[in-house]
Amino acid sequence: MRFIVHKILYLIPTLIGITLVAFAFIHAIPGDPVLIMAGERGISPARHAELMTQLGLDRPLWQQYITYIWQILHGDFGISYVSKESVLSEFMQLFPATLELACCAIFLAVLIGVPAGMLAAVKRGSLFDQSAMGLSLLGYSMPIFWWGMLLVMLFSGYLGWTPVSGRIDLSYYFEPVTGFMLIDSLLSDEEGAFLSVAEHLILPSIVLATIPLAVIARQTRSAMLEVLGEDYMRTARAKGLSSFRIYAIHAARNAMIPVVTTIGLQVSALIAGAILTETIFSWPGIGKWLVEAIFKRDYMTVQGGILIIAVLVMAVNLFVDILYGLINPRISKA
Amino acid sequence: MTDISQQHISSAKLRAKALREFWYGFSRSNGAVIGLAIFLFFVAVALFAPLLAPYAYDVRFDKAVLQPPVWQSGGSWAFPLGTDAIGRDMLSRLIFGAQYSLFIGVVVAGLVFVFGVAIGVVSGFFGGKTDMAIMRLMDILLAFPALLLALLLVNIVGRGLSGAIMATIIAFLPYFVRLSRAAVQAEKSKDYVTAARLAGAGRLRLMFRTILPNCMASLIVQVTLAFSDAILSVSALGFLGMGATAPTPEWGTMLADARDFVTTDKWWIVTLPGLAILLLVLAVNLAGDGLRDAFDPKLKRS
Repeated sequence: MRFIVHKILYLIPTLIGITLVAFAFIHAIPGDPVLIMAGERGISPARHAELMTQLGLDRPLWQQYITYIWQILHGDFGISYVSKESVLSEFMQLFPATLELACCAIFLAVLIGVPAGMLAAVKRGSLFDQSAMGLSLLGYSMPIFWWGMLLVMLFSGYLGWTPVSGRIDLSYYFEPVTGFMLIDSLLSDEEGAFLSVAEHLILPSIVLATIPLAVIARQTRSAMLEVLGEDYMRTARAKGLSSFRIYAIHAARNAMIPVVTTIGLQVSALIAGAILTETIFSWPGIGKWLVEAIFKRDYMTVQGGILIIAVLVMAVNLFVDILYGLINPRISKA
Repeated sequence: MTDISQQHISSAKLRAKALREFWYGFSRSNGAVIGLAIFLFFVAVALFAPLLAPYAYDVRFDKAVLQPPVWQSGGSWAFPLGTDAIGRDMLSRLIFGAQYSLFIGVVVAGLVFVFGVAIGVVSGFFGGKTDMAIMRLMDILLAFPALLLALLLVNIVGRGLSGAIMATIIAFLPYFVRLSRAAVQAEKSKDYVTAARLAGAGRLRLMFRTILPNCMASLIVQVTLAFSDAILSVSALGFLGMGATAPTPEWGTMLADARDFVTTDKWWIVTLPGLAILLLVLAVNLAGDGLRDAFDPKLKRS
């Protein structure tokens, strides 16, 4: 317990730093917010001064920062320049789409990466090992925005198997319950909706899974190799246990410790990947939302969005840290 | 006295021997050698681009818009890899593009190495409050996914190729600072450092002449990773429209233009620039793996 409290306290300076970065961002951008909001049309100096006062932009920076923190603590992440909606509510609307995509991607990556990495370690030096590691390096080197375009070209363009973009065919409609369309479509009575959702989801999931899959496979292999060299493995073999038991129970359980950490640390990579994947597939999630906000110079949205994302990444990393302590008795004692 | 000991530590003969041993370790991996060969091929293409490319990268041939590669019907030897939407020769653009990608890799990896190592070594060597402050700062940067951080920074320093390069350097910095700090921390309490300190070596000498060379192996491996990551990151920014601008033949920017052709049969516009990125990045990563194995024989066997 003390270990957890200590970890959380340790994060407070970082948290403050993140708010400073988000705050500084909007002030570091060339041109002030009022000019940006006015856009091409321009604005009269009198109206400009009036708006500056109204938005509190004429006050000293430290006062503005304190107001900013005060608003955040009250759940106010600002209003979008473009849509005039609350940034937080826009985020909450779009986040399930990204979460669903990311969950499918990480599920794919673990489902393929962990067994492949284990098998590669057990059959070290075999053809399987070599091709699995070759493919993993290929995946790791992949410009995923291109990979996505390539898959669309092949499966949507030439073969016509999958739709090009979006989350679901427009002819279906049902009320969101969980925000996960895979589940919501099953809950609704719309026939064929689930299939449509799955068809839309498959290519983006593959694209987003590519790099985590490569990393997880490599990490699993090296963690497994390390475990296979341990004394208790020799003991297990000497006891005459079946090789399935040795690998699947004794080795896998110990090898999973670093792998769980690796999986947790993919969150950051998944968000970066989501920015590119969602842009290619017009996936209505937060990655595409942020890119569009940056393009439209909707900096209030960007400021709010990056703050939420950074805190989210931090929270997941904290969770992984604690989980690591829990599953690895050597750490939690310390 | 010092003369003799220095001869033992480093002489032309010893260095040559170390290099031979290194090459032996490196060349035992076929992948590493292939990676190095492909990488050198790209370097040669970039260096001799003006000689190799049939045309300049921005000349438009209005009569040959969207012409397919030579082996497809409608293609011709005039444009071996076809032309793009406004009639520019794909092959020439890809060849000149190699210059951009290699330049991006060299500049980003080089500067990240210099700044990251300098900050990391200072942080690890001094410890205490300096270390604390630097590491908290790096934690803040690490809370943002690297591509997102680069996207934000590009908008501050200015969109375009140089903005994208600068943004990527800052986004990659924390990884180098952390790595070099950890390496220095592991080394600084070892006996040879204490010996040098007792012999009267100053702080700068201790940091950069005594300790740093012993941390180089892992840092060099990291440099190759930064090199390939930089190419991916800057081309991703180009793809998102925040990097190099038209008519620059940067491969990521070329792919941004190619998005309109994804569902057409103009496959060469979509396929070729990405294939070039993949090949170069893969080559660097293969060579990087070989470097790691050569520096750390223990890892190789496992």
